[in-house]
Amino acid sequence: MLDKNGIAKRIAKEIKDGYYVNLGIGIPTLVANYIPTGINVVLQSENGLLGMGPFPFEGEEDPDLINAGKQTITTLPGSSIFDSAMSFGMIRAQKIDLTILGAMEVSENGDIANWKIPGKMVKGMGGAMDLVASAKNIIVAMQHINKAGESKLLPNCTLPLTGVKCIKKIVTELAVLDILPEGGFKLLERAPGVSVDFIRQATLGKLYADDNVPEMILD
Amino acid sequence: MINKVVAGADEAIKDINDGSTLMLGGFGLCGIPENCIAALVKKGVKNLTCIANNAGVDDFGIGLMLQTRQVKKMISSYVGENAEFERQLLSGELEVELIPQGTLATRCLAAGYGMPAIFTPAGVGTEVAEGKEVRNFNGKDYLMEYAFDADFALVKAWKGDTAGNLIFRSTSRNFNPVMAMAGKTTIAEVEELVEAGQLDPDHIHTPGVYVHRIFQGKDYEKRIEQRTVRKRID
Repeated sequence: MLDKNGIAKRIAKEIKDGYYVNLGIGIPTLVANYIPTGINVVLQSENGLLGMGPFPFEGEEDPDLINAGKQTITTLPGSSIFDSAMSFGMIRAQKIDLTILGAMEVSENGDIANWKIPGKMVKGMGGAMDLVASAKNIIVAMQHINKAGESKLLPNCTLPLTGVKCIKKIVTELAVLDILPEGGFKLLERAPGVSVDFIRQATLGKLYADDNVPEMILD
Repeated sequence: MINKVVAGADEAIKDINDGSTLMLGGFGLCGIPENCIAALVKKGVKNLTCIANNAGVDDFGIGLMLQTRQVKKMISSYVGENAEFERQLLSGELEVELIPQGTLATRCLAAGYGMPAIFTPAGVGTEVAEGKEVRNFNGKDYLMEYAFDADFALVKAWKGDTAGNLIFRSTSRNFNPVMAMAGKTTIAEVEELVEAGQLDPDHIHTPGVYVHRIFQGKDYEKRIEQRTVRKRID
């Protein structure tokens, strides 16, 4: 079973040379720590920056330079800054190659819920609805089962939706899965030491698994 | 050159009255019109509708106007980090409309470009789509979203000149240029106000035609919401 960093590490392997990537808040942010060396990747922050650099050194924080999580960051050689409309313009026009975001639930037809729990204070969807509606390639980083042991990979989402039929790949603490065009989760890889049966138990939506599902290779 | 300069924040906001609809630039606490917010708190205008990506924190930004119960309605994409906001929302004192961030930005853009509406896929199939017209283009559904209609836009720029031309700095640009374009009356506060001719026309982000009043701001706090740093390795 993977921890959060393990999930981030596995997702980082999906990032290819030349990609522009938008990382959401939470586990997706950790992905930046595991981008393979030797490839050129540009991170987008939807508040208006391409080429997000690491956190600044202590004493060099600039209140005018933050990421979408409102954290102080830095630019890199080749960075560019733009307004919010252009930022979502490039997302809508599919100039961003890969979007990585978190989810509370994903359904077997690719619906995602990640912004609202009825009865709890709603903070808002931020840019999530724009990202899921437009991105050509979305990877969801999420927990396969919640603290009560219930599956979050469902036949249908129970929470209010963020987007419909938009998710194609999921990485959880247990597995890497694709969502098939005709619906259903296709098991591609198992986390080290996790059996197909265990993943089947943890997946409430329709799961397709071959006899020999390989273990993830993380390093 | 037409001179847009006013003495300060109090004069700039003097005709913002009860019930006005305001746009406020900024992302989190980055690039917010601090001086205008302070002047609005001082003036005490009420029943404001505020269009802003976020609602500030408890004791800064729009949070200051929430403490004084000046805001009737917030139109935002994300409103976390604010306990007073939550209290007013749950008690029904405050009305909130949550909209996708790209929709928020593009509805500003549309207003500034003279277009009545936009089509965006954000929110299709979700509760955001309720009651909205859906159109299919090339096999994909889009929601029709209207351009904003705001009485005033309050923006913060790095530099500005007496003709109202604006230059923003780093990611404090965010919503400021699109809101500047969208307000019926746009008020810009700047860190450095210079004479017309001092800014390179090629470097202007917002042309002065969109700006009705400009003033030299003062005492910028520029509070950092999430101070994140890395250790220096010697």
